[in-house]
Amino acid sequence: MNLPQIPYFLSHSASVTGERVDFVFGLLIVFATTIIVIVLAMVLFCVTKYHRHRHANREGAIDHSTKLEMFFATVLTVIALTLFAWAADVYADISRPPADTMNIYVVGKQWMWKLHQPNGREEINALHVPVGQAVKLIMTSQDVIHDFYVPAFRVKQDVLPDRYTTMWFTATKTGTYRIHCAQYCGTDHAAMIGWVYVMTQPDYQKWLDAAPANQPAIAGTPGTVGAPMATQLRSTFNAMGCIACHVPTSSVRAPRLDGIYGQAVKLQNGQTVAADEEYIRESILFPNAKISAGYPQPSLMPSYNGQLSEQQLRDLVDFVKSIRNGWPADATTQPASAEPAKDEPKP
Amino acid sequence: MSEAEMPVSMQFDDAAQEHEAATLGMWTFLATEILFFGGVLMAFTVYRRLYPEAFSQAGHRLYPWIGTANTGVLLFSSFTMALAVHEVEGLARRNRLVRYLILTALLGATFIGVKAIEYYIDYREGLMPHFNFHPVEPFEHPIQSQLFFVFYFFLTMLHATHMIIGIVIMLFYVGRTRRADYAHDLRLKIEMFGLYWHFVDIIWIFLFPILYLIA
Amino acid sequence: MSELQKTIEPSPPRRLNYINHDWSVASWLWPKDHKRIGVMYLVTITFLFFLGSMPAILIRLELLTPKAHLVTHDIYNRLFTMHGVTMVFFFLIPSIPTTFGNILLPMMIGARDLAFPKLNLASYYVFLIGAILAMVSLVYGGVDTGWTFYTPYSTTFSNSAMTPMIFGIFIAGFSSIFTGINFIVTIHTMRCPGMYWSRLPLFVWSLYATSLIFILGTPVLAITLLLLAAEHAFGVGIFNPALGGDPLLYQHLFWFYSHPAVYIMILPGMGVVSELIATFSRKRIFGYHFVAYSSVAIAILGFLVWGHHMFVSGQSMYAGMVFSVLSFLVAVPSAIKVFNWTLTLYKGSLVLKTPLLYALGFIGLFTIGGLTGLFLAAMGVDVHVHDTYFVIAHFHYIMVGGAMMAYLGAMHYWWPKITGRMYPEGWGVFSAVLVFFGFNLTFFPQFVLGYMGMVRRVAEYDAHFQVLNVLSTAGASILGVGYLLPLGYFFWSLRWEPKAGPNPWNATGLEWQSPSPPPELNFEVMPTVNGPPYDYDTVALHEEGIKHV
Repeated sequence: MNLPQIPYFLSHSASVTGERVDFVFGLLIVFATTIIVIVLAMVLFCVTKYHRHRHANREGAIDHSTKLEMFFATVLTVIALTLFAWAADVYADISRPPADTMNIYVVGKQWMWKLHQPNGREEINALHVPVGQAVKLIMTSQDVIHDFYVPAFRVKQDVLPDRYTTMWFTATKTGTYRIHCAQYCGTDHAAMIGWVYVMTQPDYQKWLDAAPANQPAIAGTPGTVGAPMATQLRSTFNAMGCIACHVPTSSVRAPRLDGIYGQAVKLQNGQTVAADEEYIRESILFPNAKISAGYPQPSLMPSYNGQLSEQQLRDLVDFVKSIRNGWPADATTQPASAEPAKDEPKP
Repeated sequence: MSEAEMPVSMQFDDAAQEHEAATLGMWTFLATEILFFGGVLMAFTVYRRLYPEAFSQAGHRLYPWIGTANTGVLLFSSFTMALAVHEVEGLARRNRLVRYLILTALLGATFIGVKAIEYYIDYREGLMPHFNFHPVEPFEHPIQSQLFFVFYFFLTMLHATHMIIGIVIMLFYVGRTRRADYAHDLRLKIEMFGLYWHFVDIIWIFLFPILYLIA
Repeated sequence: MSELQKTIEPSPPRRLNYINHDWSVASWLWPKDHKRIGVMYLVTITFLFFLGSMPAILIRLELLTPKAHLVTHDIYNRLFTMHGVTMVFFFLIPSIPTTFGNILLPMMIGARDLAFPKLNLASYYVFLIGAILAMVSLVYGGVDTGWTFYTPYSTTFSNSAMTPMIFGIFIAGFSSIFTGINFIVTIHTMRCPGMYWSRLPLFVWSLYATSLIFILGTPVLAITLLLLAAEHAFGVGIFNPALGGDPLLYQHLFWFYSHPAVYIMILPGMGVVSELIATFSRKRIFGYHFVAYSSVAIAILGFLVWGHHMFVSGQSMYAGMVFSVLSFLVAVPSAIKVFNWTLTLYKGSLVLKTPLLYALGFIGLFTIGGLTGLFLAAMGVDVHVHDTYFVIAHFHYIMVGGAMMAYLGAMHYWWPKITGRMYPEGWGVFSAVLVFFGFNLTFFPQFVLGYMGMVRRVAEYDAHFQVLNVLSTAGASILGVGYLLPLGYFFWSLRWEPKAGPNPWNATGLEWQSPSPPPELNFEVMPTVNGPPYDYDTVALHEEGIKHV
């Protein structure tokens, strides 16, 4: 195994946003050092010059000056707000993934990481990504709160049970980088570590293709769902009874799912939410939480809370995402064999 | 005996200062109590917003008439407490003071008794989380509705604990008042205790609609 | 001098003070005198400080090597939890208010005692019971959740003695509430004639601000811990997502208290430093009103910034931005204080005694701690350094570099008043220098470690972090000596050092008008105030050095 490349202090961040973080950090270092030097110089100057036994001109000492204080406070406030704005802008960058990400599901549990490549290949405590590709991690936990942290990319995000949180990065350098769990999660928290392998695009493709024998090698480019994957997603969608209402041909009135992912959804209460993974997940588990405008409250849809495994839930979310550009040609007809998993709720 | 002649604790200059300090102290304490209840009411509100339907269904399982009756008992006890505070002046009215205090304590105990019976009913109906949560008529959202009952029991028990502490203090004051050492500082304490008792009532006036009626 | 003369000379009548006027056991077990209660607190929290240091020693030893050689992961987790809980809840929060605050607040405003002496005594015993309960938890193997008790780990997954620990902290919280009520009422109603608000010593102002946080924050922590205990004991889902709860709600409630708690730790320290700097610069404090009001501003703004502990927790981005900008703004009143302290030194007449050394150390370390706080308030940077050693270093600069330096400064400054004895100056200076260098060597490398990506709460780390960790441990051993020395020489001084007069520093302030140690009711003649505070212009500047008895 090749030795991991370690990012050293103030050098070598290995992601696009990481460089911005380092820049703001450098800015803050300059600012902080300046202030510290001024304060220290001031203190040392006073200690030497105005020591009790030194003769010094102590005439004209003042004990208050509102003007001086206000000036000082104003300058500080302006500097503080500038630094805030700068750092907040970087944060906005870190929080908002670009549109064309390669999506990887992450499940944290005591004390390991399970990661799912877009083609279904699973990894434990390791993550292979191609260089230069924006990668979005969609994360959840099976037990306690964890935190997925890659110091070299300057990103971390808490991973919570029963909901999705996301983070993203674009690696800029090939190499091997540490993954840590940053949120204390119990006995072996310190051992909940792993590696990110950043590879060139061809290497990554080669790695994907060389799947172990027990996992079917599935063709497909990152970010899209390959044909066999799509079949699996569809079958979950059908088996859970979603198909009974959520297809255009259904007689039951239900919100359209095709093209909804990534869009802004108007809610019944007048608010607007972005239809991201967390929203889709929440709507499956708690249909009443956010009802689309124009649909009855309470929702006709039964709650799937406690009915689905994380895997099934993920399949459903992925399915909704896979139809962002419309239904496949054959999907709109309800197969005769599809039995709804639950009874239709009474209106 | 006028205000100025009354003996004061050694740290104060005069009775007026002592009275001012005691009043400010009591109000400050009540402010901390508001935040104490405020923390859990805040959490309750968050979940009410998250699960409006489940909380509403759960709230319907409570018996508003029991709550209403208890509210009445408590309001009446506030009234008798006010009468007691009115009687703290002068030795001559000591007997009436004792009577009003005992009456207030009895009303408080009645409230606690009714609450205990209500808890027993809830228990029998399978509405007590952890001990017996098997509702006779199952909930549509059992997990979320259970959360309502967690808060219901937590809030009402917290309130009942305040009541019980109040009753114990009241009985202690009854004993002191009957003995010979009924003095200035005790009068002040009973006056301050009156504020506490009214406060506990007010807390219930908030809890009652939030738990029983908004469902 | 002959033997004869000695026996003939009549010995002056022994002056009674708050210590020797009554030696009965009951009078020490149930004192109502704020000074005695303060001394009891002083003894108790000194013990708890060293108790909390034990795990720190083991932590630093363990981190000498990258692998967990000394203790297992599980033990390590219990160690840092014990360190955090003991230091935060049982040392730093009560430290200055309950000791120096208790002893000095009534004296500084010219009162005979606090408004509610029995409540004060109750606050001590409540605190003691809380501390004992926390130690009971240690007997049962301690707690492995970290001092933050994040759910659902703490309530559902942790297999450790949570219940006594939570109740210990819950009960100790009432001690804070009682102290807060007592201080606020005392400051409002018991100032002596002439002691207007604009003449209050700055230490009193800072205690007032601290008390506001005590009474507004502590109840919320108390109720949160009660909810946590209920969830833990009954397995119901208040914060557990599997049972419909929201773990982020816990974090919000927890930090709503625990961020302001940081200001509980630092505000009294700022008050102490204001006193020390004025006294030892022989000069009126610069910008009295700004220093005073900035304490209250910090206390209030401090309640609006808790969300900066949660930038990566999954709270909404816009909530994070609001918390971030407020966190930047809360730095402004703190900076104003530093600005005013340094301007007080300017054109002063500096007496470089131990207390001033601690105060100057405080200025330096607090400045570093405060500025690195800006790094954490800066959201983009915080995402990277959150939950790393950068955070550890930052809050140790505030809590140890700030609060602890002020505590030791206060200890040296008011020791003559409390005990009637001086402390050995040479040893004082030596240990102050030792503490300053030991502290920097311990915690400065941790900033670097944090930015390099070493996460907190781990017994094992990657090998390339070792050098800095060894430096840190080396610093910690110097720091340890720096803390043990005062423990030794303060005890020594009780017997062997010269007696202090009423006012060994020639300081203004009412507490120095009373004999040392003060009589039971604080003053032989109740004082009145006729002028502004820190009026060192009228204290003769040309007298030859500070009187040393």
